[in-house]
Amino acid sequence: MAFDSFSAFLVMEGHGPYVWACYGVFFVLMIAMMVWSVHRRKAAIESCRRGYEFQADRSEQQAARGSAASFTRVNVSQD
Amino acid sequence: MWQFFHKLGSPKWFFGIATRLMPWLLAGGVLLLMAGIVWGLAFAPKDYLQGNSYRIIFIHVPTAFIAQSIYIMMAVAAVVTLVWRMKLADVFVKAVAPVGLVLTFLALFTGAVWGKPTWGTWWIWDARLTSMLILLFLYGGVIALDRAINDEKSAARAVAILVLVGVVNIPIIKYSVEWWNTLHQPATFKLTEKPSMPADMWVPLLLSVLGLYLLFGWLACLRMQTEILFREQRTRWVKDYVMAGRG
Amino acid sequence: MHPIRKKRLTIVLFLLVGLGIAVALTTYALRQNINLFYDPSQISAGEAPVDVRIRAGGMVEEGSVVRDPDSLTIEFRVTDFNASVPVEYTGILPDLFAEGQGVVAMGRLNNNGRFVADQVLAKHDENYMPPEVADALEKAAKGQNKASENATTNTVSY
Repeated sequence: MAFDSFSAFLVMEGHGPYVWACYGVFFVLMIAMMVWSVHRRKAAIESCRRGYEFQADRSEQQAARGSAASFTRVNVSQD
Repeated sequence: MWQFFHKLGSPKWFFGIATRLMPWLLAGGVLLLMAGIVWGLAFAPKDYLQGNSYRIIFIHVPTAFIAQSIYIMMAVAAVVTLVWRMKLADVFVKAVAPVGLVLTFLALFTGAVWGKPTWGTWWIWDARLTSMLILLFLYGGVIALDRAINDEKSAARAVAILVLVGVVNIPIIKYSVEWWNTLHQPATFKLTEKPSMPADMWVPLLLSVLGLYLLFGWLACLRMQTEILFREQRTRWVKDYVMAGRG
Repeated sequence: MHPIRKKRLTIVLFLLVGLGIAVALTTYALRQNINLFYDPSQISAGEAPVDVRIRAGGMVEEGSVVRDPDSLTIEFRVTDFNASVPVEYTGILPDLFAEGQGVVAMGRLNNNGRFVADQVLAKHDENYMPPEVADALEKAAKGQNKASENATTNTVSY
């Protein structure tokens, strides 16, 4: 340990505000970016699911109405 | 070799690999970064000249270093986009540009806060600081240009060209401190020489650089997966993945 | 490689090389503006304009710092070990200001070749070390000086 006490660690011989401001902003931004990225991925999956369910509902309704012309287009990955 | 190259271009294949890699990247990144920061903040000796304010180096150097490496990786991806039209390369550029923006901002911010007690000023228009500010604007420009163009393919090409044009800034950032008189000191880490600091200082610095690198890898995988889900939502494998509820 | 891809790759490479050359020439032409400061050699060679706000940078010469006891005015010489320039400054100095340390001063060069600064910034190098190591290094350097001094006095006395 480079410091004698915990308060000395916080004060850092007068440089505390500079050092802690840097680390504070670093952690806030990093954690915010990580949380935001995880959230975006969840939101993407959720919006896909809703899209598929909407499609499924519609094709069910169409089937119920017995519409003669129903084309279902299946997009298969080209890979 | 070309087969591997094409496999790499397959979003589905990448999605699977990323899912498997991500826990390791996250755990390793957090562990190494925290080890480096705790060591650097509490256990590394203070500097004879700057005292404790130099402890900002343990985040300043990693953020600045990785902000620049992200741009180099984006430039490689831009070449791949322009020459091979590989979708995944464009997905990468789009996914990591915001990460680069945040890290560049952090490097500038920590540098300014470090400059006040050591140099006596928050900001000075020297070659290193100015070229780093240009990097921030380049990241901002890439994000803005991508959002401004609706068509996916033309957006990919325009962004790739902007990224390539901006890559000349990277050697300028790196060598600014050697080519011109600057207030900023030369690099702490050089690839060819032993670090000019004792092991008690450079080992924690290296740990936090590696940790932030892994954390960037995790962020890149995560954000690329998001982008892939959006782009490939009409394919069967995405539908199967989403409906299986593995998300 | 597919010929179309080859062509695209060539275009991309040409773009990069052309851009690199353009930027290299521009920065070379503007090098005096990109340089943050004039060093003492340039100033004593008359390359720096007189009575225009410029920056001067270098090392504070050992033993050159004279502080005015009544005010915050300070005089020192800035050197790059080839030439040195006298600087005067009134105001608060950064903590890192010391003899043998780097500084960048902003101000005007007057007709007598004195640099009147209105802002002094500290410049440091990339050699970080713990205080004990710095002390040891300083002691070692002093010891060596003493040894060489002894050697010279010995030769003189012989």
